[in-house]
Amino acid sequence: MEKLTKDDVHPSIVKALLDQETNITFEDALENEMILNMGPQHPATHGVLRVLLRLDGETIVAAVPDLGYLHRGYEKMAENMSFYEFIPHTDRLDYISPPANNTAFCLAVEKLYGIEAPVRAQYIRMIMTELARITSHLVAVGSLAMDVGALTVFLWCLREREKVLNSYDIICGARFTTSYTRIGGVAADMPDEAIVIIKDFIAQFEEKLDEAERLLNTNRIFVERLEGVGVISGEEAINMGLTGPNLRGSGIDHDLRRANPYMLYDQMDFKVPVYNEGDSLARYFVRADELRESCKIILQCLDKMPKGEIMLNSPKKVLPRKTEIYTKMEELIHDFMIVNFGVKPPVGDIYSAVENPKGELGFYIVSKGEGHPWKMKIRSPSFCNLQSLGGLIKGHMISDVVAIIGSLDPVMGEADK
Amino acid sequence: MEIKDKIVPLLQEQFPETNFEVTDFRGDLKIKFDASLIVPVGNFLKQHDELKFNMCEDVTAVDWATKKKRFTIIYHIYSLENKFRLRLACDVEENHPHIESVVPVWKSANWYERETYDMYGIKFDNHPDLRRMYMPEEYEYYPLRKEYPLMGIPGDLTLPKK
Repeated sequence: MEKLTKDDVHPSIVKALLDQETNITFEDALENEMILNMGPQHPATHGVLRVLLRLDGETIVAAVPDLGYLHRGYEKMAENMSFYEFIPHTDRLDYISPPANNTAFCLAVEKLYGIEAPVRAQYIRMIMTELARITSHLVAVGSLAMDVGALTVFLWCLREREKVLNSYDIICGARFTTSYTRIGGVAADMPDEAIVIIKDFIAQFEEKLDEAERLLNTNRIFVERLEGVGVISGEEAINMGLTGPNLRGSGIDHDLRRANPYMLYDQMDFKVPVYNEGDSLARYFVRADELRESCKIILQCLDKMPKGEIMLNSPKKVLPRKTEIYTKMEELIHDFMIVNFGVKPPVGDIYSAVENPKGELGFYIVSKGEGHPWKMKIRSPSFCNLQSLGGLIKGHMISDVVAIIGSLDPVMGEADK
Repeated sequence: MEIKDKIVPLLQEQFPETNFEVTDFRGDLKIKFDASLIVPVGNFLKQHDELKFNMCEDVTAVDWATKKKRFTIIYHIYSLENKFRLRLACDVEENHPHIESVVPVWKSANWYERETYDMYGIKFDNHPDLRRMYMPEEYEYYPLRKEYPLMGIPGDLTLPKK
């Protein structure tokens, strides 16, 4: 490996790493503190996260995360395309849970338009969102276990995730980049075949989850590598803007599904798991418990889901069906207008946030009454959760860094936008 | 009385000489006021016993591409106790756009303000670590400004040396 020289690290990052008195050298590591560059191509950083660590021996004195290696400029792109055109791009934000992002975006646009999807579509969206939560937490738990050395659980988790992806395949024709929701509904109805697959999956999932948990919770190496590592108090977590499982691992009972219910979550019976320890182990426990709660929600949705329309009947705002476009003049005109110029919303700005697997995903949309947003800001949970990383890994060993990153569960596609 | 109706009277009582422009669109409450007051207003909203807006969720800016009052800085703050989200807005001018940093009030604003600086070139005064967030440090442009072309500017990034 080549030695890191002073030119490789930008002076401003060095400045952020150091305080004034410290004498830093890039040559003689044994005598002094040294700077270690971790990432952006490190397998344990979950993507392209780069962290610069200032080390005293093996202890971390300071850490500066460096983002932007996956910056694709989605906010700029959004200003130049219609709302419909942006739906596929939401898949690429948090690429572990695309249906949840699709739903979040469509809810934001619907809030701006002042419309609401039909009941069946809302149930389908909720099922898809919870399935996305299951896949996301499975990857989070599995990769956390892998990062601290338990490879078996990772493979087991991915095997379970595979079954969920198979159901995506039947529901929306894609296993990964689903682009399933539309403004005012969902793209296709959920077939009975998919419902059977989901029910079968949930029926056997509990047992598989128990199996995996037995391997982890009683494993001394796993527990000792996470317990008391990366502790953040509840107050500090709020102050740092943590959301999602990371906040609930610090004893704060906050879940947007409960606090500001959207869709039909107010009719669902589920617990919000909260752990008070605030360490990496607590964050893992929250995710493991949420997996079970998501299954409960899906079963309730499947029971309650009525038959009916899956797209709102509002011709000026919602894309008509393909069969109608080919046969009816009026629908053809609407389709032409919506595809070419977009749907014109009222002038104003809205912020709509949902509880995504990683935390609060919010869209702030400013409309000037045109078919495309004047400005769209994506408030991504991974970005905000990563902010606490520098403080969390201070005072720990290098090997703890991977455990803490794994327990925060960032996805760089979302953090870098 | 709901929390939504309480905020504006309480603010007006605390800052009697300030003009608070209130809009309520689709249930989102937005309060617009003079940019110089952002830190005292933020402190008041955070520390008030009833309001307790203890979480800063987002800081961003809007570029209106106009000569006067070109940018608006937007803050989204959330009260965990009241389960209520509030939007604060402050206008800043095109010439040397700057505003006081709210990091002393909400720590989480640190990265949000860095991102806003990176994308719009708005300086946050007394920010502890105002660096670029996504773009390279020596980058000259601010990509989310309206004059920046969608395709980018050819040759604006120096390639790393071999």
